[in-house]
Amino acid sequence: MEIILKPWPWYVSGPLISLVMFSLVYFGKTFGMSSNLRTLCSIAGAGRYLPFFNFDWRQQRWNLTVVLGAVIGGFIAVTFLSDGSAIALNPHTVEDLETLGFMDAGKSLLPAEMFGPEALGTIKGWFLLLVAGLLVGFGTRYAGGCTSGHAITGLSNLQFPSLLAVIGFFAGGLLMIHLLFPIIF
Amino acid sequence: MKFIRFLSVGIFFGIVLVKSQAVSWYRIYEMFKFQSIHMYGIIGTAVILGIVFLFFLKKRRMKSVDGHEISLPDKERSIYRYLLGGTIFGAGWALAGACPGPMYVLLGTGTLSMLIVIFAALAGTLLYGMMKDYLPH
Repeated sequence: MEIILKPWPWYVSGPLISLVMFSLVYFGKTFGMSSNLRTLCSIAGAGRYLPFFNFDWRQQRWNLTVVLGAVIGGFIAVTFLSDGSAIALNPHTVEDLETLGFMDAGKSLLPAEMFGPEALGTIKGWFLLLVAGLLVGFGTRYAGGCTSGHAITGLSNLQFPSLLAVIGFFAGGLLMIHLLFPIIF
Repeated sequence: MKFIRFLSVGIFFGIVLVKSQAVSWYRIYEMFKFQSIHMYGIIGTAVILGIVFLFFLKKRRMKSVDGHEISLPDKERSIYRYLLGGTIFGAGWALAGACPGPMYVLLGTGTLSMLIVIFAALAGTLLYGMMKDYLPH
């Protein structure tokens, strides 16, 4: 039990994530989480105005069920399967984050400076969360997939387009963290 | 039955993402700083096992649980959409510290502010649907 309660090392977690992909493929589906955003737009009625969202979203109900499960899984993991250990970040990472103004790096999953109640009390806090979500939603649909669809499934399926997308993911991430973070924070 | 099937996969996925800390904003920052093997190890082992699995699956022509032939669709050939869309996505991934799977998982861990990110991601998807025909693909 103690092994389960401690954070899981990467060499356990990676294979377990591929197990998620195997299960979905075996169930006749595929592993792609960002498709749900399009489905939700379609359910909300976007298909009446934009052909891109005009499809039978009922065919995607299985994927929304996976999303529901993911929410429940997140709840179960923090409530019953965690011992509250800190995240074993590289000490350099912790230092770098302190320079940017993030004082509790690794003590919880997310920085309160971005996701906590005090961040939601500022315009900047809202702005950053909205911009982040907007970039993720727009970029993932433009690229035709996210980490699960391109980096895990696409690369496993030896898709050259997915390699391009993953190169893009890294270009964007490096740009954000190395060039923009020092300006934003 | 099918509901339970997909719900279980989702629950398992959510648990693995929390326990592996792949949902942690800090881990994503650390990855883009190249300061730990953690995230590379997770994605790397998942991809290597995935390549092996899909190779045998195709070779043996394995059937899905419903008896259908399993085939993963090839991604459409193009360059711009993957590089441009990927870069935009990557910037958002680094800032939010979460991609479309972890967003939901984090909501489950009790981070209600993630609802703002999810809402904005829906708006972003909608925006893409509106601009789609004017973008290079």
